Amino acid sequence: MQVYLDNNATTKVDEKVFEEMTPFFCEMYGNPNSLHSVGSATHPKIAEAFDYLYEGINADDEDDIIITANATEANNWVVKSVWLDRILDGEKNHIITSEVEHPAITAACNYLEKKGVDITYLTVNEEGVLEADAVRDAIREDTALVSVMWANNETGKLFPIKEIGAICKEKGVLFHSDATQAIGKVKVDVQDAGVDMISFSAHKFHGPKGVGGLYIKKGVALSPYMHGGEQMDGRRAGTLDVASIVGMGKAMQLATNTMALAYEENHVGMLRDKLERAILKLPDTIVIGDTKNRTPNTTLISIRGVEGEAMLWDLNKNGISASTGSACASEDLEANPVMNAFGSDSELAHTGIRFSLSRFNTEEQIDYAIEKIKEAVERLRSISSSYAYTPKNHVSELEHN
Amino acid sequence: MAKSSLVSGSIWDEYSDIVVDRMNNPQHQGHITEEEAEAMNATLIVADFGAESCGDAVRLYWAVEKDTDKIVGSKFKSFGCGTAIASSDIMTELCMGKTVDEAVKITNIDVEKAMRDNPDTPAVPPQKMHCSVMAYDVIKKAAATYKGVDAESFEEEFIICECARVTQDTLVDVIKINDLKTVEEIIDFTKAGGFCKSCIKAGGHEAKDIYLIDILKDTREEMERERLTAMANAPKDDKEDFASMSMVQKTRAIDAVVEEYVRPMLIMDGGDMELVDIKEEAGNFDVYIKYLGACSTCSTGSTGTLYAIESTLKQNLDENIRVITL
Repeated sequence: MQVYLDNNATTKVDEKVFEEMTPFFCEMYGNPNSLHSVGSATHPKIAEAFDYLYEGINADDEDDIIITANATEANNWVVKSVWLDRILDGEKNHIITSEVEHPAITAACNYLEKKGVDITYLTVNEEGVLEADAVRDAIREDTALVSVMWANNETGKLFPIKEIGAICKEKGVLFHSDATQAIGKVKVDVQDAGVDMISFSAHKFHGPKGVGGLYIKKGVALSPYMHGGEQMDGRRAGTLDVASIVGMGKAMQLATNTMALAYEENHVGMLRDKLERAILKLPDTIVIGDTKNRTPNTTLISIRGVEGEAMLWDLNKNGISASTGSACASEDLEANPVMNAFGSDSELAHTGIRFSLSRFNTEEQIDYAIEKIKEAVERLRSISSSYAYTPKNHVSELEHN
Repeated sequence: MAKSSLVSGSIWDEYSDIVVDRMNNPQHQGHITEEEAEAMNATLIVADFGAESCGDAVRLYWAVEKDTDKIVGSKFKSFGCGTAIASSDIMTELCMGKTVDEAVKITNIDVEKAMRDNPDTPAVPPQKMHCSVMAYDVIKKAAATYKGVDAESFEEEFIICECARVTQDTLVDVIKINDLKTVEEIIDFTKAGGFCKSCIKAGGHEAKDIYLIDILKDTREEMERERLTAMANAPKDDKEDFASMSMVQKTRAIDAVVEEYVRPMLIMDGGDMELVDIKEEAGNFDVYIKYLGACSTCSTGSTGTLYAIESTLKQNLDENIRVITL
C-alpha cells in the first residue's frame, strides 16, 4: 500500500483540477494577449480562475493577485523589491522576519544582509510560535518590512497573523505573510488579517506545480520583479500560463470553500489525531511544539532513539512517504532550523519526523501507517545505542493528559 | 555546474547494494555481556563515539581474547541514519579475528571500500562519508581503552579531512608545490573537503579545530612571506628581477647598492647623496638623487661622479637605470 503523508512538501493534483487544465494544452492554446479569437477564447476561464483566487483569500476586487511561478518567486519579489523601493534610497534599512521561515524568505534576507540591510530574525517560543509582542518590540523607525509565515511548514503552528497585522498597521510598517502552508488548511482572510501581501503556491493545495501568486493590497507600491510585457497590468511580465492559472483557480476553489475547510478540520484533523495518538502511545515519543493552534493536517513527532533518516528509510520500504528535518537527510548536512529552534537537545533535532496529511488520505491508510511505524520504531530502537543507554524521561503529551 | 548537477537525485540512489543490505539487515548489531566475554576467555571492551553536532552515535563491543589480544567477539549499537548503521555493521565485521593492533589500522576508507559493490564506485554519496569516519573513530576509542592509552596516540599526523584521510602537512605541501589558490583546487588535487565538506569551513556537519580555508589562507600568507624574503635576499646583481620589483623593493635595492658601493666613495671626498624618487619612463628607470655635502658643489657632480653612480646602479641592478641629479 502506498501512503503519502508528505503533503506539506507537495500534494497530488486533484483530478477535477487536472480536467479543468487539460483543454488549455492542445485545444485552447492561444496567447491571452492576442487579439484573435484563439487567444481571447481563454479569457472567460482565466477570469473564472481569478474569481476563485479572490474568493479563496477574500481579497477585495481593488486588490491585486499577481500570478507567479511559485511562492518562492513571490517571496523573493517582496523582499527584494522592498529593498529596491524602500531601502536603497537610504530612508529605511531594516527587515523583520523569523528564524523559522522558508528559505525563500531567509535566503533572500541573508542575501540582502550581505548588501548591508539590517535583518532581525525573531525566535519562536517553546511552543514553536512567533509572538506578536516580539514583532512589536523589534519594529524600529527604519523598519521597511515585516515578513512572517502564516503557518509553519514543519509543525503546522499558526502564527498570530491578525495581531501582527494590527501592530504593523499601527506602526506604519509593510506586512507580508508567506501563506503557503495555510491555504486550504485554515481560513486565510487577507482583509480580516490585515496583511498587505501574502504569497502562495498552487501545488500545496492540490493544484499544479510551477504556479503561485502574490496578493498585493490596493495602494501597496511594489516594483515589478520581472520586467517585460504588460501582462498582469505591468506588475509581472511573461506570457500567462493559462493552464496553470486555471488549475490554480480550480484548486483554490476546491480547497478554500467552507465545506472543504470543515472537511480539513474534521476529517483530515481526525486522521492526523489518530495517527498522532497512536505514535504517542509508544514510549518516549513527543509532539514537537504544542498541539493547539496548528494546521489540521500536520504533526511533527520526535521518537527518541530513532534517527530521522533511518526512520524515513524504513517507512519508505513499506510505501509510506514522510519527511524529516534531520541533518543526515539533507544535502548540506545542516538540521532544519525549526528543529534547532526547539533548543539544545541535539537528539531531538535528529529524531523529528513530519507527517502531513491531505483530504486524499483514508482511515485505512492511517491504520496501515500506524502498524508500519510501530514496526520501524521497534527495529530501529533495537539497533539504537542512544535509546538503549539514555534515561527515558519523556512522557507523551496525550498520555499525560 | 553541469547538466548532471542541475537535476539532483535522491541520496538514497547513491547507496551501494551492500549498504542497503546492511541498513536493512545489520549482521552484527547487539551487545556482548561480561559473562559472554568471560566465557570466551576474553576482556570486554565497550567504546562510545558520538559526533555531538551531528547527533549520530555508535557503541562498539569487543571481546578481546586475553592471551592473544585477538578480537573474538564484535558487536555494535548505533543511533544514526542508515549509512551509519551499515558502516558500523561492516566496521564491526572487519574487526573480527584481528588483534587489537591490527584492528586499529582499519581506516574509514577501508570501511567505505568494504561497502562497495565494485571497486570503482563509491558506496555512499560524498556527504555520507562521515558515517564511516565515525566507525573508524570508535575503533581507536576501543583500542585505546584496551591498551590504556589516549585514542589520539594512534594518529601520527594531524588529519584535517577525515573522510579522505588527508593530513595538514600534505595539504600545506600540495598548496605550495602546485600554487593552489582556491578550496576547489585543493579538492581537485587532494580530495580533502570533497566528501562530507565539514573540513572546508565552520558550520558544517562536524566542528573542527582548523578548516581548509584557514590552512589555505595561512599557507598562502606563508608563501607570500617566503617570496618576499627570497626577493629581499636575492643577489643584488640579479638584473632581471629589478624590473619586476614593486616600487618599495626598487627603492630598497637602489639604497642597498648606494650604501654598499656609492656612498663610501662619496664620503671619502666629504660628500654624500640621497635618493629622492624613482620614476618609470619609456622603459627606463629614472633615479632622482640629491647631492649632499661636498658633492653638492663638486664640479664633476654632473659628469664623472654622476657617470660613476649610474654605472654602479646599472651594473648591479638594471641596464635601463638613468640617474638624474636635482
